[in-house]
Amino acid sequence: MTSRQHTQLFIFFASVRLTVIVLLTLAATSVIGTLIPQNQNVDAYLHTYGPKLYRLFSVLDMFDMYHSWWFRLLLVLLTINIIVCSLDRLPGVWKIVIKPPDFKPSRFLNASIQRKVAVSSIDRVQPILEKALFRSIGKVRLERFPNGYHLWSEKGRWTRMGVYVVHLSVVCLLAGGLIGSFWGFDGDVNIPEGETVNAIRSGNSGKSIPLDFEIRCDKFSVSFYESGAPSEYRSTLTILEKGAPVLTRDIIVNDPLRYKGVNLFQSSYGNLPSQNLALSFTSRATGMEYKINIAPGQTVTVPEGLGSFTITAFNRDHLFMGRSIGDAFVGTLSSPTGDTAEIVLPVKFPSFDKMRKGDVIVAIAETETRYYTGLQVASDPGVWVVYAGFLLMIGGCIVTFFMSHQQICIEALADGNICSVTIRGVANKNKIDMQKKMDAIATAAEQIKI
Amino acid sequence: MNSSGILSVVTFVYGFAAFLYLTSWIFKKTEPGRLATWVVFAGLMGNITGIAMRWIESYKLGYGHAPLSNLYESLIFFAATLATVYLLIEKKYHNRIIGAFAMPFPFLAMAYASLSPNISDRIQPLLPALKSNWLIAHVVTCFIGYAAFAVAFGLSIMYLLKEKDSEGKIRLLERFPKIGILDELGHRMVLFGFLFLTGGIITGAVWANSAWGRYWGWDPKETWSLITWFIYATLLHARLTRGWHGRRIAYLSVAGFAAVLFTYFGVNLLPGLHSYGAMVQ
Ligand code: HEM
Repeated sequence: MTSRQHTQLFIFFASVRLTVIVLLTLAATSVIGTLIPQNQNVDAYLHTYGPKLYRLFSVLDMFDMYHSWWFRLLLVLLTINIIVCSLDRLPGVWKIVIKPPDFKPSRFLNASIQRKVAVSSIDRVQPILEKALFRSIGKVRLERFPNGYHLWSEKGRWTRMGVYVVHLSVVCLLAGGLIGSFWGFDGDVNIPEGETVNAIRSGNSGKSIPLDFEIRCDKFSVSFYESGAPSEYRSTLTILEKGAPVLTRDIIVNDPLRYKGVNLFQSSYGNLPSQNLALSFTSRATGMEYKINIAPGQTVTVPEGLGSFTITAFNRDHLFMGRSIGDAFVGTLSSPTGDTAEIVLPVKFPSFDKMRKGDVIVAIAETETRYYTGLQVASDPGVWVVYAGFLLMIGGCIVTFFMSHQQICIEALADGNICSVTIRGVANKNKIDMQKKMDAIATAAEQIKI
Repeated sequence: MNSSGILSVVTFVYGFAAFLYLTSWIFKKTEPGRLATWVVFAGLMGNITGIAMRWIESYKLGYGHAPLSNLYESLIFFAATLATVYLLIEKKYHNRIIGAFAMPFPFLAMAYASLSPNISDRIQPLLPALKSNWLIAHVVTCFIGYAAFAVAFGLSIMYLLKEKDSEGKIRLLERFPKIGILDELGHRMVLFGFLFLTGGIITGAVWANSAWGRYWGWDPKETWSLITWFIYATLLHARLTRGWHGRRIAYLSVAGFAAVLFTYFGVNLLPGLHSYGAMVQ
């Protein structure tokens, strides 16, 4: 590349025109992903869009557009733009910022904001001016010349760096996001109460991700408001290293457990079939009730020669006549004659089986609710870079928006009988604030008006 | 009277204030305007009382929480912020015509909250995911930002009207603030709004990270707030470094506010959205 092409490329990347174009393009394309639901399954898309549109959208990565090459390219473009542009301007600004204060009245002659007041004596007005200037800007410097003096004050030079802090923060956000996508992972795992896991299922690929420690769920509980809406999900978790417990803590939504850079979030829960189940069998003929312990899958013999009973399934939302009756065990009763009947044992309705009017009534005698906790497990080493970016961005914006580099130079001149005070102000932004300050000084000076 | 009762009255108070400002502007009378300032003030006091009472009522119901948890409550808070921002501007710039362009917003927000059949004013218990101080910080910063953008929008409209009539033929526009002041004031509101929108996105991200382990998930609401942010960032750069002023900046400010409204209301119309309460169980 010739050096001319070099500079042209540099100018291209340093231009704010590119920024405006990239930002507006990002805004416009981001809309797409909110109109087309992202990351759903193929059938849903085929159903909504038909095969032709589906193929087109799919080629353009519309179904996962925020991770598509072209959207990433826009982000990279923004990053290069912001870095090149800042590097282009920073040295100049830095020089201004670190330069020791040096005062040249000539620099103020063309100041865009000026006020002129005629006074009766420049000596009498001097303390008034000094006080007013100190109040509106800060430390005042005085320099005399044969027929007058200059008062000069300056503040907020460093605020010129604010914009670069904001730009640095944007780079932090993008870098943090990148770090997370390379070295982070994210998945979920369900742990039944009392059990231990050492791997989770990846949220992206569904593959198993091993952890270098184990997680045990000691207990899960859910509490409800009177209205029935959930109020709190709480899991007691123990972290184990090579089988030895190292840490036990409760987590609730919004209060995750952090261990070795991995965060465990409470995200869902559910019920499991009880391991300790006792059924009661009541014989219609004799009225006797027998209590028998049984485990899912197990077959037991029913007394009085009434056959045998096997638990075949546990349904979390068992449907009866189209309505959910909640958790239910399902079993098969085989009578001695060889007939079989399917029997539903809802946990909440113990006398449900009476309706069947069989020779034996089966009911749940003892059970306990057993929960599993659903955890979201995530590790994102980039998150601290992102958070640093957040702080820089807020701080940088406050400095940039609400502070400015302000200088005021007051020239007091005794030209024969005519004494005058000229106030000249320079500010890199917020000129209105500057005007107000100068008006205040001018008003003060008018006390010594002729 | 309970909080909903007070807040319905406040709706009409704001409506009356907006009406007074419009009258004062259109008929060039100062008295209605002067009265309007006090009416807004009274409305704001009622608004704040309503919010405080709602807070207390939620404790009495046994699930106390800051009244910032659903659309109704956020609209009420939005109206209070708008009225506050407007009163501050009026105090600083001594121009009541801005009131004719700013005060309809809190009225509309309150009217929508009170009258829309889709919005329930029942105090509901908080879902587990919403129990977070970050959520409160998130809602507060977002709505301060939105209020500033709404005022900036009103000022942009005034700018565009005034600019069309550069020869000063239309008598209604005579007492508008000078065009330079409209431009500058609008811009200050945008800066203010941008800072708070940035804060709102950040607190939202921190909250999402503490609840679900991800600070950004491209969900439609998040994405639309980012779109809004991009539009206002464009405005800042166009103005500062490309020297855009006046009309084009006013158009960008209008576009930005349209994006704000969409982030707030429109997102619910999009397909396949998870409402944030439903993300946990
Ligand atoms: C999302 C990305 C960006 C954000 C959030 C951002 C933010 C800001 C902010 C807040 C300001 C101050 C505006 C004001 O004072 O009114 C600013 C100024 C500026 N930005 Fe950016 N910016 C971004 C991207 C860029 C890019 C890519 C460039 C590259 C050309 C750029 C160039 C500038 C320049 C030249 C200024 C003016 C600096 C001055 O005061 O001299 N910005 N930016």
